Amino acid sequence: MVISNMEIMPGRRIKEHLGLVQGSTVRAKHAGRDIMAGLKNIFGGELKGYTELLSDSREEAIERMREQAATIGANAVLNVRFSTSSVAQGAAEIYVYGTAVVLE
Amino acid sequence: MLELILQYLNLILFLLLLLVGYGFGRLAEKRHYRSIIEREKAMLSLPAISSRLPPVRKPFHVQTLVSGNVVISVDYFKRFLAGLRNFFGGRVTSYETLLDRARREALLRMKAQAQQLNAEMVFNIKYETASISKGRKNAIGSIEVLAYGTALIQADRLAPAA
Repeated sequence: MVISNMEIMPGRRIKEHLGLVQGSTVRAKHAGRDIMAGLKNIFGGELKGYTELLSDSREEAIERMREQAATIGANAVLNVRFSTSSVAQGAAEIYVYGTAVVLE
Repeated sequence: MLELILQYLNLILFLLLLLVGYGFGRLAEKRHYRSIIEREKAMLSLPAISSRLPPVRKPFHVQTLVSGNVVISVDYFKRFLAGLRNFFGGRVTSYETLLDRARREALLRMKAQAQQLNAEMVFNIKYETASISKGRKNAIGSIEVLAYGTALIQADRLAPAA
């Protein structure tokens, strides 16, 4: 499965459009990380726990999108976009969406 | 009397936090900028552009999505300064450097991932910024920046990880 944020695939023709596919995940961090983050809010600097958490959840969202695309018979997802929103205090939603296509 | 001391304690704590934030924040920022500049120089051979298509059409290449993200927080002193700025208006320099650092760091991480895959260049780069501690009392504080793009890899140099 090709996942790309390009609109087309150079050298390959799009045979069929299958519409939008998406994947999302909502994650909250545990209290220990929250305390560390509180400290970092005083000292400044990178919040490694959060960086990891968000990149893990992004991977999971991509995985869900990939599954959805596979079930409708696509072999590529193009024009992929990411979006993040914080739904509640301490929880973030990671959302990935793209166009499922069949490439030649 | 007790109340007075308590009030005093609050003030002392506040000043202490300011001082600690100033010291450590400055140090962290300086160190971070030094490492960013160093790595940016090292990564110069791997161009990253935001145009939608690669400048030259190259056959026998594989494209794959690469991304890099970072969550970074501003220190207590700078948050205090930003609060003042909110009152007087004007450029909020403390958040400007925060965002600048975060964007450059995210791009560098993306490039590092692309380099691991033996990529030739990265194009169609998009940034995405989100504030993490939304809904809290002192609004922004930590932000997340994600940079993503399409890496162009020569088919015969494709790393096994891809």
